[in-house]
Amino acid sequence: MAAIISAMLLGAFFAVGLLISGMTDPANIKGFLDITGNWRPQLMAVLGAGVVVTWVVYAFARRQSRPMVESVFHWPAATHIDGPLLIGAALFGTGWALAGYCPGPALVAMGSLTPMAIVFVLAMMGGSLAHQAFARHREAAAKTIVSEG
Amino acid sequence: MIDSSWWYSLAGGALIGLASGGLMLLNGRIAGISGVLHIAIGGKGSREEWRWAFLAGLVLTGTIAQLVFPNAISTSRFTPKDVVVTVVAGLLVGFGTRMGGGCTSGHGICGLARFSPRSLVAVLVFLGTGMLVTAIMRMMGGM
Repeated sequence: MAAIISAMLLGAFFAVGLLISGMTDPANIKGFLDITGNWRPQLMAVLGAGVVVTWVVYAFARRQSRPMVESVFHWPAATHIDGPLLIGAALFGTGWALAGYCPGPALVAMGSLTPMAIVFVLAMMGGSLAHQAFARHREAAAKTIVSEG
Repeated sequence: MIDSSWWYSLAGGALIGLASGGLMLLNGRIAGISGVLHIAIGGKGSREEWRWAFLAGLVLTGTIAQLVFPNAISTSRFTPKDVVVTVVAGLLVGFGTRMGGGCTSGHGICGLARFSPRSLVAVLVFLGTGMLVTAIMRMMGGM
C-alpha cells in the first residue's frame, strides 16, 4: 500500500513539474525544437534542472541498501547502442516534433481533457502495442531462420 | 501559471527531478513514462499496481489543474488536419519509444542522471530529429 501511495504522489509531483515548466503546452515544445525560427531555449533549463536533481537523489539512493517502500532497486541493465535505439529515438523525435507532446505531458494534458492530448495518448498506446507485435514477429522470424540454418 | 520563463523552467525541472529521483529512492524504479504506460496497458513486463498509481497521479493532476486554472492549458480548437497529424505523431511516439527503450523521461532525465551513454545517444538523436523535422516543416511553409 505504501508503494502505491508513494508512486501516486510522485506521479502528481512529476505532473506539477511538467505544468510549471510549460512542457504540457505543445506550443512551448514546438518553440523549443524550432532552432531555425523563434527558438525558445527554456526547455534546456527544464532538462538540466531535472537531470541535476535526479542525479543528486540517485546518489543518495545508491547509498541505501533498499528503496524506502519496496524491497529492491531496479536499475536498468541495458547499455548497448544499436540500430533499434537509433531508429526508435528518431521515430520518437519525429512524432514529438509533429504533435508537441511526449508521453508524460500528453498524459497530464489528457487529464485536463485537452482533445488533441486524448487523441495522442490513444494513438501512442496503439503504437506501443504495435511495436510489441512487431518485435514478437521479428523474434519468431529470427528463430525460423536459425532452425532452418 | 503556465509560463516558459527561465525561473518556471528551472523550478518545474527541479520538481520533475525530485519526482524521478524519488521514484528510485522510494519505489526502486526508473521514472520512464513510456515504459510504465506500455507495461500497464498490457505490454511485456511485470504488471504491478505502482505503475497504475504513478500514471493516475500524472493524469489526475492534469484534471485538478484544469479545474483550478480553467484557462491555463492550451485551447481546444483544432482542425481535421490536426487530428490526422496527432494520430500519426502518437503512433510514432508509441512505436519509437518502445523500439528505442525510452522517452524524454526515461532516457532524458533518468538516463542522463545515470551518465548512461546509451541514453545520451538516444537524447541526441530524438532532439536532433525533432529539430530537423521542425526545420523541414518550417521550410515547407509551416504546419
